[in-house]
Amino acid sequence: MRLSPRTWTLIILAVLIALAPVTFPSAFYFRIGALIFVNGLAVIGLVILFGYAGQISLGHAGFAGIGAYSAALMPMHLGLHPALALFAGAVLSGGLAFLIGRPILRLKGHYLAVATLGFGILVFIVLNNEAQLTGGPDGMAVEDLGLRAVSDALGLGLRTAEVWYWFMGLVLLLGAFLALNLHTSPTGRSLRSLHNSEVAARTLGVDVVRYKLTAFVISAVYASLAGSLQALLNGFVTPDVAGFLHSIEWVTMAVLGGAATVLGAVFGATILTALPQALTVFQEYEHLLLGLIIMLVMIFLPAGLLPSLGKTLRQGESI
Amino acid sequence: MRLKSTLAVSALAMMAANPAAAEIRLGAVLSVTGPASFLGDPELKTLEMLVEEVNAQGGINGEEVVLIHYDDGGDANRARTFATRLVEDDEVAAVIGGSTTGVTMAVAPVFEANEIPFISLAGAVVIINPLNPWVFKTPHTDRMACESIFTDLTARGLSSIGMISGQGGFGTSMREQCIDVAGEYGIEIVADETYGPRDSDMTPQLTSIAATDGVEAVVNAGFGQGPAIVTRNFAQLGIDLPLYQSHGVASDAFIELAGDAAEGVRLPGTALLVADLLAEDDPQHAVVTAYRAAYEDRFEEPVSTFGGYAHDAFWIMAQAIESAGSTDGAAVRDAIEATTGWVGVTGEFNMSPDDHMGLDLSAFRMLEIVDGGWSIID
Repeated sequence: MRLSPRTWTLIILAVLIALAPVTFPSAFYFRIGALIFVNGLAVIGLVILFGYAGQISLGHAGFAGIGAYSAALMPMHLGLHPALALFAGAVLSGGLAFLIGRPILRLKGHYLAVATLGFGILVFIVLNNEAQLTGGPDGMAVEDLGLRAVSDALGLGLRTAEVWYWFMGLVLLLGAFLALNLHTSPTGRSLRSLHNSEVAARTLGVDVVRYKLTAFVISAVYASLAGSLQALLNGFVTPDVAGFLHSIEWVTMAVLGGAATVLGAVFGATILTALPQALTVFQEYEHLLLGLIIMLVMIFLPAGLLPSLGKTLRQGESI
Repeated sequence: MRLKSTLAVSALAMMAANPAAAEIRLGAVLSVTGPASFLGDPELKTLEMLVEEVNAQGGINGEEVVLIHYDDGGDANRARTFATRLVEDDEVAAVIGGSTTGVTMAVAPVFEANEIPFISLAGAVVIINPLNPWVFKTPHTDRMACESIFTDLTARGLSSIGMISGQGGFGTSMREQCIDVAGEYGIEIVADETYGPRDSDMTPQLTSIAATDGVEAVVNAGFGQGPAIVTRNFAQLGIDLPLYQSHGVASDAFIELAGDAAEGVRLPGTALLVADLLAEDDPQHAVVTAYRAAYEDRFEEPVSTFGGYAHDAFWIMAQAIESAGSTDGAAVRDAIEATTGWVGVTGEFNMSPDDHMGLDLSAFRMLEIVDGGWSIID
C-alpha cells in the first residue's frame, strides 16, 4: 500500500514525539519538548498563512497575547474553566482577526508586514498598560488546567512535565493533521493558487479576499491556542508573550524550517527552541550564533532547511 | 532520510549534564541582556565577584561554590525554562535571581515545588506577600519608599500632597502603594496625575497640581527620564513647593539630567549611593565602602543599587548554607529565616518565618540634592 505524504508526515511526527523521551535524562527536557510543541503549533498556523496563502504577518504574537490573557483572565473574572477559556480565547482571536483582516489584507508585501506588526504592538501596549486588569509588566498568575489531576485519576503515574509533554504532543499532532487536511482541500487549493498568482486566481474565480481572510483567521486561532497553552504550561503570563520579538521568533522558525510545509514548521520550532539551550555555554555570543545560522540558511538554503535538504537528498538518489 | 536529519537535530537538545558532588551549586537566573539589563548586568557581575571571593577564602564549609547562571533576557517564559533547567539538570542547591517582578513570579513556583531556597532581586510586595515558604527577597519595596517619603513629610508638618506618576510598571505600582498607605500617615492626596513613558513635557499635569487647593508638596513616582523632565518643568513653572522623587531615580545620572532644577529635591535612597557621606560609626559604613571599592576596582564602572541587592542576597545565602552546615533545602531555608541583625548594603536584615525580606524603613536614607550633590537629612 502506498501512503500519501500527508500520512507520512503524521507518522513521522508521531514516532518522533513518542520516541524522543527515551533519550531524556531529566524532566527539564520534557519542558523543552512541550515548548517545542507550543511553538510548533503556532508556526503551523503561520505555514497556513505564509506557505499556503503567501501572506505575511509580523504580529501573530498579538493573538498569542490574547489567547494567553484569556486563559488567565476568564477563569479569574468569569469563573470559566481554563479549558473553556482556551477556546473562548481562540474564538476571540479568530473574531478579531476577521475584523482587522478585512482592511489590512488589502495591503501587500511590506505594507501588510507593517500593518500586522502594528497590530501586535498594539496588543502588547494594551496588556502592558491595563495594569489593574493584567498586572502590567509584572504579569499575572494563571489557574491550573488540571492535567496532572486527570493523569493521576487515570493512574498514569506521570510527572507534571511529562503530562504536559504528552498532552502538547497530541495537540501538535491534531494541529498538524488539520493543517495537512486543509492543504489538499478545495480551500487549500484556492489558497495555494492565490499564493502563486493573485491575478490568475481571481481570473479563475477564486474569491481572493475571502480566502486570504480564511487563512488569516485560521493562523490567528493557532497562535491564540499556542499562547493559551504556553500560559497554562507556565502557570504565569507577562505581556512579553505578545511582544514583537515573540512574533519575529515565530516567523524565523517558519522561514528557517521551510515556510511551506508542516514538518518544516515543527523542524524550525525544534531548532530555535532547543538551540538557545545548547548555546548557553556561549551565553554572550548566543544571538551572534543564531543570527549567523539564520543568515547561512537564508543564503545557501533559501527554501528553508527541511525542503532544501529533502531536495538535495532526492537529487542524490536520482543520480 | 527526513527522519534521520530530524533526529540528528533533536539530539542537539540532549546536552550532557553530570553534576559533581563536593561543591555547592548556586543557581542564578538574571536579566543580563534585554530591557532589564540595567538590573541583571550589575547583579551578575556582583555574584561572580563574590563567588570568587568566597572560593579564595576556602569556600563555604570547605566546599567550593560553583555559580551556574542563565540570562533570561527579561522574558518570563525563558526564565521559567532556565529555572526548570537549574533544578532538574544542574541540580542546584539554592538560587538567586529574578531581576524583575514578572520573572520572579514566573520562576518562584518551580523552586517552591522542588523545595529549593530562592532569593529574589525584584521589588514588588507580591513576591513575599502572600508568603511563599521558599521565596525571599533583598530589595526594599516601593511601599517602603512611600512610607519613607510620608515620614519625612510628617516631620516637616506637611499633610496634603499632589502626586504625579509615570505610567510604566514602576510608577504604576508605586502610585498604588502610596495611595494605599497614605491614610496610615495622615497624608491626603489631593491631586493625582500621570504621564506616559515617552512624554517630553509634564507642564500641564504640574500646572493642574499647582492650581489644586491645599497642595503642600508634590511626590513624583517614576523611573528613567520622566522624573528629570518633571523636575525641570517644576522649576520652569516656578512652583514653590517641596518636590519629592522616588528611589527609582536615586543615581548621579538623575542630577546630571535635571541640572540646576534638581536643587532642593528630596528622595529616599540607599546608603550605597552616599557611601562617602556616611559617618565612620554608621553601621553600614564598612560594608558599603568595601563593596563599592571592590566593585569599582574590578569593573571600572560606578556601583549600582541593583548590584547591592545581589550582594546582600549572596551573603545571606552563603551565611545560611554555612550555619545550616549542609545544602539541605529545608535547613538552608530555616537558616535564612534565622538571619537577624545582619547589616548589608541595602540595610539591616531581620528575617523571620513571617518576614522574608527583613528590612525596615531605616534602609532608606532621606536625601536632598544640594549644590549638585547628595546630602543626608536626619
